[in-house]
Amino acid sequence: MRLRFQDFDWIGLFLWIIRTVIIILVIWGTVATLLDNPYSPRQWTDFIIFGIAQGSMYALIAIGYTLVYGVLFMINFAHGEFFMSGILTATVFIATPMSISGFLNRQPILSLIIIGLVAMLVSMGIAVLTERVAYRPLRKAPRLVPLITAIGASFFWQYYYRGLFGSQVVPFPVPEILKGTIPFLGTEVLKTHILVIIVTIIMLIGLNFFIMRTKTGKSIRAVAEDKDTAALMGIDVDRTVTITFATGAAMAGVAGLLYALVFTQTHFYMGFFPGLKAFTAAVLGGIGSIPGAAIGGLFLGLIESIGPSLFLEGMGIPAPHQLKDVIAFTMLVLVLIFRPQGILGERLTEKKA
Amino acid sequence: MEDSNRFDLRIPLRYGLIAGIVALSLSVIGIVALFAERFLVAGYITLGEVILFLAPAAMSYMAAGKAPQDKKWAALIYGLLTGLIAAIPLIILVLLAGVIDIRQFLPNVSPALIELLTFGRGINAGGLVLLVVSGLIGLLSAALSLLPERIRKPTMYGLLGVFLVGMFSEILSERLRAFFGLDAVKIIFEADALKPIAAVIIFIITALLTALWMERGDKVKSRFESLQPKQKTQVRSGSLVLGIALMVILPLLLGTYLSEVVNNVLIFALMGFGLNIVVGFAGLLDLGYVAFFAIGAYTMGILTSSGDLGVAGMSFWVAVPICVAIATFGGILLGMPVLRMRGDYLAIVTLGFGEIIRILALSDLLKPYIGGAQGLLQIDKPVIFGTALIKPDNFYYVVLGGVIIAAFISYRLSQARLGRQWMAMREDEDVAEAMGIKLVNTKLLAFAIGAAFAGLSGAIFASKLTSIFPHSFNILISINVLCMIIVGGMGSLPGVILGALALVGLPEILREFAEFRLLMYGVILIVMMLAKPEGFWPSAVRKRELHVYDDSDYEEFPEANAPRAETRDPGMHTPPHL
Repeated sequence: MRLRFQDFDWIGLFLWIIRTVIIILVIWGTVATLLDNPYSPRQWTDFIIFGIAQGSMYALIAIGYTLVYGVLFMINFAHGEFFMSGILTATVFIATPMSISGFLNRQPILSLIIIGLVAMLVSMGIAVLTERVAYRPLRKAPRLVPLITAIGASFFWQYYYRGLFGSQVVPFPVPEILKGTIPFLGTEVLKTHILVIIVTIIMLIGLNFFIMRTKTGKSIRAVAEDKDTAALMGIDVDRTVTITFATGAAMAGVAGLLYALVFTQTHFYMGFFPGLKAFTAAVLGGIGSIPGAAIGGLFLGLIESIGPSLFLEGMGIPAPHQLKDVIAFTMLVLVLIFRPQGILGERLTEKKA
Repeated sequence: MEDSNRFDLRIPLRYGLIAGIVALSLSVIGIVALFAERFLVAGYITLGEVILFLAPAAMSYMAAGKAPQDKKWAALIYGLLTGLIAAIPLIILVLLAGVIDIRQFLPNVSPALIELLTFGRGINAGGLVLLVVSGLIGLLSAALSLLPERIRKPTMYGLLGVFLVGMFSEILSERLRAFFGLDAVKIIFEADALKPIAAVIIFIITALLTALWMERGDKVKSRFESLQPKQKTQVRSGSLVLGIALMVILPLLLGTYLSEVVNNVLIFALMGFGLNIVVGFAGLLDLGYVAFFAIGAYTMGILTSSGDLGVAGMSFWVAVPICVAIATFGGILLGMPVLRMRGDYLAIVTLGFGEIIRILALSDLLKPYIGGAQGLLQIDKPVIFGTALIKPDNFYYVVLGGVIIAAFISYRLSQARLGRQWMAMREDEDVAEAMGIKLVNTKLLAFAIGAAFAGLSGAIFASKLTSIFPHSFNILISINVLCMIIVGGMGSLPGVILGALALVGLPEILREFAEFRLLMYGVILIVMMLAKPEGFWPSAVRKRELHVYDDSDYEEFPEANAPRAETRDPGMHTPPHL
């Protein structure tokens, strides 16, 4: 049978070309950079540590996306705003007054715990409210409808907080004991980066315990598996969904505190890009899978931190670090095109997907 | 739910708290104080006060509707209580502001806001006044809800009329002065607000007109319906000619400032027509639509700029088709890899693409070609018969031309085979594929045509501003356009214009509002999806789809075929099949 022009899989060919071009570009960039070797081993270690710290935050935020997606099959576009709302509120109402009164430096650990708890609670409150108002009435609607309300919620909270606290950057007071560096593996590492990594590990272990070992966690898993059957087994689906949102938001609240410690500032727009990146991380790891979110977050953080220097520097691109967001979004696009199930995800059936 | 006939104090409590929190929020984020200077009725009512008491009024109205049907007094009590409870959060805010300096936390809780909330009577007396006023407003709106529809509707429209004229009094009085001189302005307006007596007259006129329309409107409609098809076409084409004539002389009526506003509205409407094809017809949620707008604008910039970065020095008219072609090509190029994806992934990926384009435009990588953050300057204005269209009044015709072309193409496409394929695909991809529609090709065409419109819009935009910067092309543009077509009704062409007027035109006239534009868009997206997913001007096809059940009822009871303005059909709440 003769192959007709319109039967030919042009798109497949196009995708194949993209794939090849990208692989060639990455290899070319990497080889050129390594041959040229503009950075010392020390700098590479710095990149890696920063990448892990940044990736830890992405991982914590990504868990919120993955949990919600696992339960409702919906992209909670407003999740970045849950991340922002908690820490911004805690900075204005708790951290700044603490810093002014000197309590922050007298009791740094207690202060950070209080700030973290407040951030978590506010994030959870915002998440539960958003779920109740904007998502729950649309549970049965076609999937793009809750996505549109989620986009609306995202912009609503952003500009609500802008109105609330103003559009300027609110500096986050870092306690004195967390400033400076400590020696680690032959290099100096910022204390905050170490703290970020430790806190993330603790949170992930805690989350794992909550999801795997508690009754509530079990009900979350049951609802994620099959809502109707779970309801028949006596699980309150609405309540479980609320808890899922709250859990994700709690993680985002902690991530907010870590973000504030690393970047020493908070502002109303801080949630948007980390939110998108964390979504990328969740997709990268396989959306719906919690270990996937953690691994995807780390991976994205590393790529973003190393990538510009490793891939782009060698190609002779000026100021490659301006393009780190491009690398992140390109990763997102590539993963969704070529491996939508992500690193750890299973191929979803049409019903679930 | 089932004991809706019992007197239940939890209803006013709940509604009152919601109203109170909304009013408190509006106050602390600064919207109320922002509009405190803008008087609607000179010396009496400011827009800030209307915004402040809108939620209590609306919630009292709704609470009154929940009251037991047989007891009229219950509805009044509900309304009163809702109003009183709504005032409580505000009173707490006022009391707090008296004790501590809230401003260090919430910069928008200014002394001006507190003064507005207490009606300038100090904290304690003012709080009491606030309580009484809020309660009265609750009582009045409850009373309004009890009136028969014959009176209620004209009253509400009358209030709406006063509100609208008052809100636009600045612009209206400027126009009046241009045409009839200062004396005419002084009859109605005073210091950019309505005179009280004029407000009353406008209220009465609007109310009477509404009442008249309610009496006679059905007759007019049925007389139009009973015309011969030929006569109908005549009436329709007559009004079309009238509309076109109006559009042609519009800049003369509007003056320079409003023409500029209209130009912006039309540029967004042009984008809206494109996104309407992608989202409304084909059901593909594209959040990176601004990318094609940017491509069109930058192509226009590079081709026609007489600055350092211009390469070709072309005229506007030569460059426009090239811009459209390149944007279309961009649409195909970006569309090819992503169109096999599922709907929600598609949304995020297109968003990513939009951001990639913006970051690239900002980066040093492309700076030698498109100027980076410094932007691309000295872009040519279009020249017709030797005169450059520099003033907005003249440039208007270029934009109008683009919009008419886009509207015409959209309209023809929606009736054509391709348009029907898109709609079939929107309703159910699998079924559409089974019917022999080639999904990827059809989607790609939607993407390409949408991109072409955005490219045209971008080209006109670049020429209008004569200089473009990367920050003009952020995600907010995409959200703005998306909001527009959701408000107007997805897939509806008049809806696009309506949406553009409401979401681009209104905020430009209410300049203070600029800061809160996106807050409003967020609310609009949520509320529209929850309450009116088909939009305010749904397309006929959409309406039919959403009202299948009503139609079958109509056939059984032909006499019920008369238009029912007030009854809300169950179909309204059916979410659209995106």
